[in-house]
Amino acid sequence: MEWFLANIGMVLERSGQHLVLALVPMVLGLAISLPLAQLARQSRALRSVVLTASSLLYTIPSLALFIILPTILGTRILDPLNVVVALTIYAVALLVRAALDAFDSVSEDVGQAAVAMGYKPLARFLRVDLPLSLPVMFAGLRVVSVSNISLVSVAALLGIGNLGMLFTSGLQRGFITEIVVGIIAILVLALLMDALLVLLERLLTPWERAGKIRPGLVPAAEGDRA
Amino acid sequence: MSNVFSDTFAWLADPLHWTGAAGIPARLGEHLQYTGLVMLIAVAIAVPVGLYVGHTGRGRVAVVALAGALRALPTLGLLTLFVLLAGIGLMPPIWALVILTVPPLLAGTYAGISSVDRNVVDAARAMGMTELQVLFRAELPNALTVMFGGFRTGVLQVIATVSVVAYINLGGLGRYLFDGLVLSDFPQMLGGSLLIAALAIAVDLVLSLFQKLFLATGASGQSRRSQQAAADLTDPVLTEAVVQGGKS
Repeated sequence: MEWFLANIGMVLERSGQHLVLALVPMVLGLAISLPLAQLARQSRALRSVVLTASSLLYTIPSLALFIILPTILGTRILDPLNVVVALTIYAVALLVRAALDAFDSVSEDVGQAAVAMGYKPLARFLRVDLPLSLPVMFAGLRVVSVSNISLVSVAALLGIGNLGMLFTSGLQRGFITEIVVGIIAILVLALLMDALLVLLERLLTPWERAGKIRPGLVPAAEGDRA
Repeated sequence: MSNVFSDTFAWLADPLHWTGAAGIPARLGEHLQYTGLVMLIAVAIAVPVGLYVGHTGRGRVAVVALAGALRALPTLGLLTLFVLLAGIGLMPPIWALVILTVPPLLAGTYAGISSVDRNVVDAARAMGMTELQVLFRAELPNALTVMFGGFRTGVLQVIATVSVVAYINLGGLGRYLFDGLVLSDFPQMLGGSLLIAALAIAVDLVLSLFQKLFLATGASGQSRRSQQAAADLTDPVLTEAVVQGGKS
């Protein structure tokens, strides 16, 4: 505890680096996988190509990918960009699948009704399909968030700055406190991000909660998603 | 740029790197040995517990919470912690790996058992099967596909994490990454990384082939449906964790 208080500045700085390395890939991954999933829905063949390719890339261990990427990207081995690209690849692999499941979860009747009401394809996607697919999409995002936050620490082995450095330096100095602080900090980050995503989902899908309150039941069904 | 490629190729092709205790076959052997040991211990713990939870429904909440919480636990943190607590040697990192591998296996086993059609279970019971017979003759055979999904995920996670174990002075293919890093020998690092990636992909292929040949007999729609059932029954995050698993 004393060590933590004395080094709080360093821990916060590492947490900041950690969060950036975990979150940027998540946002990029989402931005890439939504159109990719839409594309994959066009044909069965395309769908299986996208799913096979993404699960193949997901199979590659992160440490190996951190080292392979500099050769492909022409970056230095210490460049945080390698981590961002690697984690974006993993995020896309998870989110494309989640997005496909999410779009599949929207009832075709609803889509047809939207078309009948005069929605053009883009408007139908943005205002009907996308919002209704959010619950499944968010389940995928929560997995990516937790997985990314845990994965970033591996990059510390190569000397890229993040909370994982507390593990490498703690091991070198034989100092358990530092490692425990690192583990707790990462768990706290993961929990905070998860809570934030749950909150965001609630704000974006108000109808989900409205649907849960059944007549005759006390409206206390909140909080059961957390 | 082409320099790195040809240097890496030269490193991989050098016959010196294919013999001796630090040679590629020996390192590959160590890698597979660690992976096998971890999987053996983890399966011995996770499968019985998962069968019990899946069959009785007791401890369901605990399993779901455990699988979720351990997902956030950083591999590297746990490894370094175990080494400092228990010392250098083979077993401390092995136990750390077991802790990381049990949750996906446990969740997979549990999800597999609870995805079995309730009518099948009720029919088995109505035929006069004892509880153990219901579990081993009705539930287990129907749960195997989902259970194997958890196993496959677990194996890949361990193969990836064993690469990290080289950081704490153990063998395995990860040795090349860290020895290369210390010597600034990039071809050795890249060669090692390519070997690890190839190993992971090859093992995944073998496991998926095994699954196709022995598990999804006749109806691939069956496995799809039981996965769907698992999805309906459990937390979506957990199901995702079972199907996609942890990642290292």
